Amino acid sequence: MLAKTFEEKQVSTRSASNRKSKLSKTIKLLFNSKTGTVGLFLIILVTCLAVFAPWLTSFDPAQVNPLARLQPPMWMEGGSAEHILGTDNLGRDIWSRIVYGSRISLIIGIGAVLFSGFIGATLGLLAGFYGGWINAIIMRIADAFLAVPTILLMLVFLAVVGPGLRTLIVVIGITSWVPYARVVRGEVLSIKEREFVKAAQAIGAKKKRIIFKHILPNVLSSFIIISGMNVATTIVLEASLSFLGLGVKAPAVSWGGMLSDGRQYVATSWWVATFPGIAITITVLGVIFLGDWLRDILDPRMKMKNG
Amino acid sequence: MTRYLLKSILQIVPVLFIISMLVFVLVRATGDPVALMLPESATEQDRIEMTEALGLNEPLYVQYGIFISNAIRGDFGISYHYGQQALPLVLERLPASIELAVVSMVISTLIAIPLGILSALKRNSYLDLIISGISVLGKAMPNFWVGIMLILFFSVMLGMFPVSGRGGLENMVLPAFTLGVGLAAQMTRMIRSTMLEILNQDYIRTARSKGIIEAIVVGKHAFRNGLISVVTIMSLQFTSLISGTLITETVFAWPGLGQLLVAAVNNKDMAIIQAAVLIIALLVIVINILTDVVYRLLDPRIKYN
Amino acid sequence: MTSSLLEVKQLKTIFSSENGDVPAVNDISFTVNPGETVAIVGESGCGKSATSLSIMGLITDPGKVIAGEVLFEGSDLLSLSKKKLNRYRGNKMSMIFQEPMTSLNPVFTIGNQISEVIRKHQRVDKETAIKKSIEMLERVGISNASKVIKQFPHQLSGGMRQRVMIAIALACMPKLLIADEPTTALDVTIQAQILDLIKHLSEQQNTGVLLITHDLGVVAEMADRVIVMYAGEIVEETTVAELFDNPKHPYTMGLLGSTPRLEVEQEMLEAIPGVVPDLTEMPSGCPFHPRCKYAIEACKLEKPALIEDFPDHFARCIRAKEGL
Repeated sequence: MLAKTFEEKQVSTRSASNRKSKLSKTIKLLFNSKTGTVGLFLIILVTCLAVFAPWLTSFDPAQVNPLARLQPPMWMEGGSAEHILGTDNLGRDIWSRIVYGSRISLIIGIGAVLFSGFIGATLGLLAGFYGGWINAIIMRIADAFLAVPTILLMLVFLAVVGPGLRTLIVVIGITSWVPYARVVRGEVLSIKEREFVKAAQAIGAKKKRIIFKHILPNVLSSFIIISGMNVATTIVLEASLSFLGLGVKAPAVSWGGMLSDGRQYVATSWWVATFPGIAITITVLGVIFLGDWLRDILDPRMKMKNG
Repeated sequence: MTRYLLKSILQIVPVLFIISMLVFVLVRATGDPVALMLPESATEQDRIEMTEALGLNEPLYVQYGIFISNAIRGDFGISYHYGQQALPLVLERLPASIELAVVSMVISTLIAIPLGILSALKRNSYLDLIISGISVLGKAMPNFWVGIMLILFFSVMLGMFPVSGRGGLENMVLPAFTLGVGLAAQMTRMIRSTMLEILNQDYIRTARSKGIIEAIVVGKHAFRNGLISVVTIMSLQFTSLISGTLITETVFAWPGLGQLLVAAVNNKDMAIIQAAVLIIALLVIVINILTDVVYRLLDPRIKYN
Repeated sequence: MTSSLLEVKQLKTIFSSENGDVPAVNDISFTVNPGETVAIVGESGCGKSATSLSIMGLITDPGKVIAGEVLFEGSDLLSLSKKKLNRYRGNKMSMIFQEPMTSLNPVFTIGNQISEVIRKHQRVDKETAIKKSIEMLERVGISNASKVIKQFPHQLSGGMRQRVMIAIALACMPKLLIADEPTTALDVTIQAQILDLIKHLSEQQNTGVLLITHDLGVVAEMADRVIVMYAGEIVEETTVAELFDNPKHPYTMGLLGSTPRLEVEQEMLEAIPGVVPDLTEMPSGCPFHPRCKYAIEACKLEKPALIEDFPDHFARCIRAKEGL
């Protein structure tokens, strides 16, 4: 008993020091990759906007000011230093809306991905573990989800439950779980087939425990890779839905909603639509770069494939 | 071939079943359709009659059965917003959407294939770097924003193309490019990596050892294999194409299915939503089968059984 | 003017990697005469394949031929334009690759792939090319040639595919055939047939053959001369009889020791200890000394030169004369 704990302790300290050197190695790798560095920088930038929003602007993003409608950015004629990027059709300050809008993008991007990861992992585990008709049903549902474009499903869900921040997270979550489920299911199936599991089973160990112990480390890298891509598409999706008037509702600020306002005034006030689009592009670019870099270090096979 | 087709058509059934179930459940979850359909001044008697008329007193599985049997006959109910049968409304909008989708697909293919091949051939050159950069940017820019920027530049500033609506060729240019450029961005990346993989194959080396010129090595030996992947890539693109169409139609007020559907969602017009979703799902499935057939025609290694 | 068919002079090919340039082929020189079969042997990673690809101009990024000459009937292939080089490739010289399973293009018929090379080099029309292709297939021992010509590679076995590769390679009656491990991927029984075929056809057409192999059995059966390569360099070169009877380089001895020989009674098969050194971290002096049981202090200091210590027998070993 004592000997065992001692051994375990040794193992854990060894793995801790391993992890540490792995981390520093990873950081080194990150800065070796130019796009990875740029991606990290962009993500930090957007995160700072979201976190420090109240300190970055003195305007309430939802404050309507009919006297200051459609003011151009400060560097243009008619612009003022007060509204750096100008104002929109209701006289709201665009800079402060962009700053606060980053919160919605990040919350939904991360929230929805975590949620879909959770659903996918659960269903994948169930399908892989129990097999049989449970597997058949889950995988057929997955096929059906794949057959219909995600945005279509979302529209149906949104028609039913109505727009809103939480709904959006849930809806995006339940419409993009399929890749996670497939990865987890595949992993469970391959672990089930491995010798040590069969051996452990033969000596009466609980298969469940063994599988759970081995699944997480094995699917983690696939999960991170899928999530990287998903965060990017989710941010665009949120913007798209808000653009269609099905996203978050005022007074919450979404970049997609800003674009929808901007679309109507594009003929006279270009800045209303331009800046939120740039904000989305920068954020998504950051996520793509960081995600690509993660994929490259986590999956050497994929890296080779992409040259 | 016929057997294969039959088999894949049979495989559609469960998928359609699940989608229809999903749509049905969701729609029934929306709340009381009777309240939605009747004016506020309706009496209790009206409500009871309406409930009876819609079959809402039956158990859920009976309701589903009715829904399915109606759906098979093309009856998705009446759109309360338009006061007409939903299916004809949906079908009427379909051509405009398909037109936009097809033109965009052609544009994206015409952009992506040459750029993808070029950047694979000139791998790690400045050209490759520029093409990769542009395609990443294209992926990062939401296409409705690209659409707005195109309107700003070409319609507002240059006055070259109309801002919205459907009509002549000039109406088509901006929406089709908006959608096409976004698709091309993804496709270029995929084609580049596919071509890189193919150019490393042994049979490419064999082709070079025969003394045929590089243009034939690439244009015949590599491209013909790449074409198989391009078909796969295009079928993968198809769902993004549909999502893109929905949004692009809204940006340009293009009178297609997307616009109708978005309006229906905003109005909670369930009949239209049901009809549209099932029609689009059917379309996706048919396209998938078609690409599978093309795939099989292009790749001699695949047998039909 | 030389009368030799192929003369390789101080060829050097490098592969760029993150850890710097790796010399896969380092200062290699040899000749192949018309009708002669020269074998290059060595373990995998010794640069023998890179040598053959360099001769054919098939080295691709990140590899690069950086020095030397490849004289084919006197003209230097390395300095030719791509267009001129293509008049040689597939025509006067051609190549058979190691992997018959992947070396044929999966989406074209066999007929298409043979007639392509015929039409490229012998201005004939399509029908003639197909007719010639059928003839070629028959010559390589494919009996139902007119059927095979319409088939795709995946419908053929490995041995059949390699016959097709030989048909492609020999379709234009080349003066030089480079065969890079032509039988490694095949069954033993098929191996002998394919080797026979190459031998037979090359004798018929008086073709010079450069045979790349790791199998000394194949060398004994096929070759007139042998070049032994180690870590990108030639360590021994002589006639086939001399090499087997009287190997001078310890590496060659090791190779012979690790190949079962029926005619000589051996106590035990001896494996060469260790592995081919990483080309980025070459040992000082003789590259083989860490694995050599005859190594002395001097071996670690200076790299030996390839010296003709015995008539027509070159070895890169300072102790070769001692008769180890």
